[in-house]
Amino acid sequence: MDAEITLRVDGEAHRLTVDTRTSLLDALRERLGNTSPKKGCDHGQCGACTVLLDGDRTLTCLALAVAHDGAEITTADGLAPAGELHPVQQAFLDSDAFQCGYCTPGQVCSAVGVLAEFERGWPSHVTEDLTGRPEMTHDEVAERMSGNLCRCAAYVNITPAVQQAGGAR
Amino acid sequence: MTDLLEPRAMGQDLVRRDGELKVRGTATYAYETPVEHPAYAHPVQATIARGRVTAMDTAAAEALDGVLAVLTPFDAERLASTEDAEYAVLQGPDVGFRGQLIGVVVAETSELARQAADAVVVSYDQQPHDAELSADRPDLYAPDQVNAGHETDTAEGDVAAAMAAAEVTLERTYSTAMYHNNPLEPHATTALWEPAGDGFLTLWDSTQGVHPDRAAVCQVFGLDQEQVRVVCPYVGGGFGSKGLPHANVMLAALAARALPGRPVKLALTRQQMFSLAGYRTPTIQRMQLAADHRGRLSAIAIDVVEQTSKVKEFAEQTGVPTRMMYASPSRRSTHRLAALDVPIPSWMRAPGECPGMFGPEVAMDELAEELGIDPIELRVRNEPDVDPETGKPWSSRNLVRCLREGAERFGWSGPRAHRDGDWLVGTGVASSVYPTMRQATSTANVRYEGGRYVAEIGAADLGTGAWTILPQITADALGVDVADVDVRIGDTRYPVASVAGGSSGTNTWGSALVVAAREFRTKFGADPRDGDEASGDVDQAGQDDTHSPYAFGAQFVEARVNADTGEIRVPRLLGVFGVGRVINPRTARSQLIGGMTMGLSMALHENSAWDPAVGQVANHDLAEYHITVNADVGAIEAHWIDEHDPYVNAMGSKGIGEIGIVGTAAAVVNAVHAATGVRVRHLPVTLDKLLTALP
Repeated sequence: MDAEITLRVDGEAHRLTVDTRTSLLDALRERLGNTSPKKGCDHGQCGACTVLLDGDRTLTCLALAVAHDGAEITTADGLAPAGELHPVQQAFLDSDAFQCGYCTPGQVCSAVGVLAEFERGWPSHVTEDLTGRPEMTHDEVAERMSGNLCRCAAYVNITPAVQQAGGAR
Repeated sequence: MTDLLEPRAMGQDLVRRDGELKVRGTATYAYETPVEHPAYAHPVQATIARGRVTAMDTAAAEALDGVLAVLTPFDAERLASTEDAEYAVLQGPDVGFRGQLIGVVVAETSELARQAADAVVVSYDQQPHDAELSADRPDLYAPDQVNAGHETDTAEGDVAAAMAAAEVTLERTYSTAMYHNNPLEPHATTALWEPAGDGFLTLWDSTQGVHPDRAAVCQVFGLDQEQVRVVCPYVGGGFGSKGLPHANVMLAALAARALPGRPVKLALTRQQMFSLAGYRTPTIQRMQLAADHRGRLSAIAIDVVEQTSKVKEFAEQTGVPTRMMYASPSRRSTHRLAALDVPIPSWMRAPGECPGMFGPEVAMDELAEELGIDPIELRVRNEPDVDPETGKPWSSRNLVRCLREGAERFGWSGPRAHRDGDWLVGTGVASSVYPTMRQATSTANVRYEGGRYVAEIGAADLGTGAWTILPQITADALGVDVADVDVRIGDTRYPVASVAGGSSGTNTWGSALVVAAREFRTKFGADPRDGDEASGDVDQAGQDDTHSPYAFGAQFVEARVNADTGEIRVPRLLGVFGVGRVINPRTARSQLIGGMTMGLSMALHENSAWDPAVGQVANHDLAEYHITVNADVGAIEAHWIDEHDPYVNAMGSKGIGEIGIVGTAAAVVNAVHAATGVRVRHLPVTLDKLLTALP
């Protein structure tokens, strides 16, 4: 069964027809040709498909497109205008926080989401004091970024990159 | 001796040239190639481990609106060559392992292709299967050779006599688990057959080598090289699994041939990769060491048992590092295989050295403990003057320097164990080694074009940094600024290049680039005209056969084990490597820490849980096949010594993609032993193996 929906992706509105089984990830990649979010597992286990959905980091492989009619989506490619980079992207470059690049757009979107969660004072599993504002420590960042697998294992560069971008804001 | 290049661009800490595309997600991987009106393919896999497909009812699949083709072994076209049984997809009804490809559906959308593949009804004549590895199977056999052309067995001196006569002996059995490469980008292909003429096939394929990929496809389909183009500018990781094409590539080409003119996309699912994309065999390693009371080895032996598939043989060269690592008058190594009804094992990061430095490096720690000698000192006392296997002098061997410098940086001296509250803390060390290889085939072109130098070579960048470091090498060979050099890779339209494997890419492609650049200067001087072009082959580069070339390293681990729960943490991992000249410290460090982290993952997390009853990996996804995640790593440091090796190649480089994963797991086991007194000889190290022995 098909359905017609509207998605606003990286600032641009798209009217498209999707199979009601189509994931948000496949809608972006196979219907709209936006391959910035990646498919690594299709089961919400690797984080490569992470985008910002109405501002929050979201796994698009676990979301059905038809359930997100009218959504505002920002992929890693939409974080900054062409020729410019978002501070998180710049920090990833500076820290060499990737190798093959396949998990990277998901890591970048996740990091942008993480920084917003710090801003809102959200605690994590490793937050000691649930009444205060969490500090952007190594352990806090590493914990929050652990839904994004990196098989090249750039983790020891990713965490400082996120901290750098957080400090730079 | 080769004429070493003067490093100007080489050694510079340059940011990745493909970095901006990757942080935006706009680098296009194989499945993402923008093509007009693609169709989507989904495989049908065998659900038995051994037997025969007797019938496939495709009516329900074909009846679905939008299904374009359904191929089965009963109607698929006959391939030109079925010599390689892995590539002989849909050529017969026999099933050799669970998950084997037995069909493919092509449809207008990926959702529909998957639904239709599920709708194919398969009947089997199922036979009992045999899928359990053990060291006491009566049918173990010696393969003709092991991977990379090494001898199956070697022997020098008399290990048994040395064991009988020695002051101290150690006999232990170690095992490593089954591991899956699991690059983050699933194996994927976009395939397009041109409808006109004899057919022209374009494959946008995720591969570690476009040229070897094309050669395999040409053989299977009976095509000339001129009829096939393979394109792959970016690879989402491979770690060996994309070093040789697997059956999915042939299936994608076969599926696309059913729809000439229509591009067909086929990506394996993560689950499918566990049976179709290769894996590292589990290994069982029986070690014997004989030594005097000062720790001088009189014998070292490794007897390896591992598995292969009845469909196609792959023999991991696990015993190979024991042949050359330490001085010992008597040495033995053997490999025995069990051929089973299992998926086909293949290359995974440092095949041979990675599993093959687990048993020996834990055994050395056990021997050091037995003798009451520091494990670094034990290794130093067994340092060979020349390569024990070939008798040749080393091109450079700086294992001792790596051990000493690592000890200094890590803070090795002093007690190896202490208690910190609820945590038992221990430290461990192990050696790393990897051969320095250069492949026989690679050609590069260098051209002057629009005021810039352009080098072309059909090489691959799997995240290793080739896009960035090949310009550095070319710039130094031409004597120009690196900013004035472009390098084009990842396409069979560029000259032939070897696979990105065996840590040989930089050594091989770089050598060809240097020859081409020097030829360019000889022909056209310092002031070339637009369009001037020269080419060079790796076989024109100087080759020294009189020395034994290896990279060495030392890895140090701090492990903390919770005294109550057995929880294991590794807050510190430090490696020091002697890897020749480092072309780009930024990308080199990333490769080394990446390898070390994957070694940590092997030590603590990874384990393909094999179910012999059904013949499949039970935990075949990324939720249950655990790889190290961000919160699992603490401080990971990679350092290298300043090493000058004039014998390896013009760059003085040794290759760094694999050595980082070699020895790590042994260092973790040795640290956990120091912390707890428990010697875990069977990977992975999990808390259930520690709990009963904790205080």
